[in-house]
Amino acid sequence: MSSSVFRMRSRMLRDHLFRALPALIAAFSLLFAWEIYCRSSGISETTLPAPSQVLFQAWLHREALWLNTVPTLRATLLGFSLSLVLAFVLSIVIDFSALMRQALFPIFIASQTLPLVAIAPLVVLWFGFGLLPKILLVALVTFFPMLVALAEGYASTEREVEDLLASMGASRWKRFRLARLPSALPYFFAGLRISITYAVVAAIFAEYAGAARGLGIYMLNAKNNFRPDLVLAAVLVSSLLTLLLFSATWAVQRLAAPWIDSSSGRGR
Amino acid sequence: MTVPLLSLDGVSLNFGEIDVLRDVTLDVMPGEFVSILGPSGAGKSTIFKLLTGAATACGGEVRFSGRPLASNERPFAFMPQRDALMPWRRILDNTTLGLEVQGVPRKEARKRVEPLFEEFGLSGFERHYPRALSGGMRQRAALLRTIVQDRPVLLLDEPFGALDALTRNQMQIWLEAMWLKHRWTIILITHDVREAVMLSDRIHLLSPRPASVEQTITVPLPRPRFSNPATRAEAAAIETSILDFLLSPQIQK
Ligand SMILES: Nc1ncnc2c1ncn2[C@@H]1O[C@H](COP(=O)(O)OP(=O)(O)OP(=O)(O)O)[C@@H](O)[C@H]1O
Ligand SMILES: [Mg+2]
Repeated sequence: MSSSVFRMRSRMLRDHLFRALPALIAAFSLLFAWEIYCRSSGISETTLPAPSQVLFQAWLHREALWLNTVPTLRATLLGFSLSLVLAFVLSIVIDFSALMRQALFPIFIASQTLPLVAIAPLVVLWFGFGLLPKILLVALVTFFPMLVALAEGYASTEREVEDLLASMGASRWKRFRLARLPSALPYFFAGLRISITYAVVAAIFAEYAGAARGLGIYMLNAKNNFRPDLVLAAVLVSSLLTLLLFSATWAVQRLAAPWIDSSSGRGR
Repeated sequence: MTVPLLSLDGVSLNFGEIDVLRDVTLDVMPGEFVSILGPSGAGKSTIFKLLTGAATACGGEVRFSGRPLASNERPFAFMPQRDALMPWRRILDNTTLGLEVQGVPRKEARKRVEPLFEEFGLSGFERHYPRALSGGMRQRAALLRTIVQDRPVLLLDEPFGALDALTRNQMQIWLEAMWLKHRWTIILITHDVREAVMLSDRIHLLSPRPASVEQTITVPLPRPRFSNPATRAEAAAIETSILDFLLSPQIQK
């Protein structure tokens, strides 16, 4: 029994690797071409450093990089949590009240039209160089996609399921809890994956506009010191961070909603 | 003479401009197996919507045990046209849904449902999600979810309509056996003439939309019907006469 489970696991692992192979080959070819170009064209290191150089410098500065990663990660997670709570509460409000939906939705949409470049320095100006402005900016960027995902998820509830619950005498709240909310889970996780990638970028942007520590301010300083290799090293870290958070959403989905058929992206 | 358990008296209903039910009159006796047979789009499912409170009549009266049906009264357990199993609930939790809505504690609900899994051919699948079940099993799970609600009348909307012919036949045989054992009061919606004849005590034939009851046919055949070749031959004759009636020009309009 356990050995067959193990065999299945290892087969799944092999399948995953096999599917990732084209992507890996493509990525390595690109890096390889980049490396060759840097070595053969004699381009200056302060203009375009080779990948090997970036990796080497990242390793040398690993301590500084880590020190600056922690605040970024903290801002991302806190801002994203705030956005999740807000999106969840407000999604319920607009699901239950058409009036609130009409009143609030335009404001939510308007919040998405604010250009981050202009708004980030302002938010820093208002709330200082601490954690708060970063949290707010991450929340601002990720709130709307999460809200839309939830609202669409509720709307995807099968008519028949709701009729069935109504025939059983379920109240509006029970219908929400037993049918609409679980129906929204596949949409929720899809939204989660989209907005978690925005979240890291938003945190870095906020730090760029002013911070004591963080990947954003690290990049800015490195750029001002003519160290594109360190800028790229920080970019590498932020990409890894995003990938990590992205994979975490799959893990959470596996645990929280194992019934979602991820091959089709939907339940059933 | 006994009072009908359920009767519709001159019930009419429209969705905006569309007249769906016009003057529908029919009744169901206690313990009776009644079918409502009619063409697609006639308004069959609408009759169930009316009974479960998802739609309101604009005329006529629904009586339960001789008294007008109050709007908060729920003597019906409803099985929708598609199985409406919730993909996020395991089969066991899908079947206890009605009890959960009634406020029965989860543990007790499970205790009530679990012994029935064997009879419904679902044992071993309690902890599976619906997507792991075949079409026939899904229908049996939906039917189990319906009967455990323990309501006086079962409303089954084309329970076997989506199944392949062979599975549908097996399900009909199984349902007859179950009904003979439990004697539920059943209203079955179908557009399968043979299914109606083999299963019902009486069949109400609906006209195309706006639906009204064109004719009520009593099926006097002995049970169990599927296992007896002579009965099946007689059933075929009734089936033909119903088809002739449904296809006749004055019904087609
Ligand atoms: N909520 C609604 N709003 C408007 N029209 C509706 C609504 N529900 C049903 N109808 C219409 O009422 C008519 C009857 O629908 P109903 O679902 O009762 O048919 P049916 O006899 O069950 O058909 P089928 O055998 O295909 O299931 C159809 O023409 C349909 O378009
Ligand atoms: Mg129907």
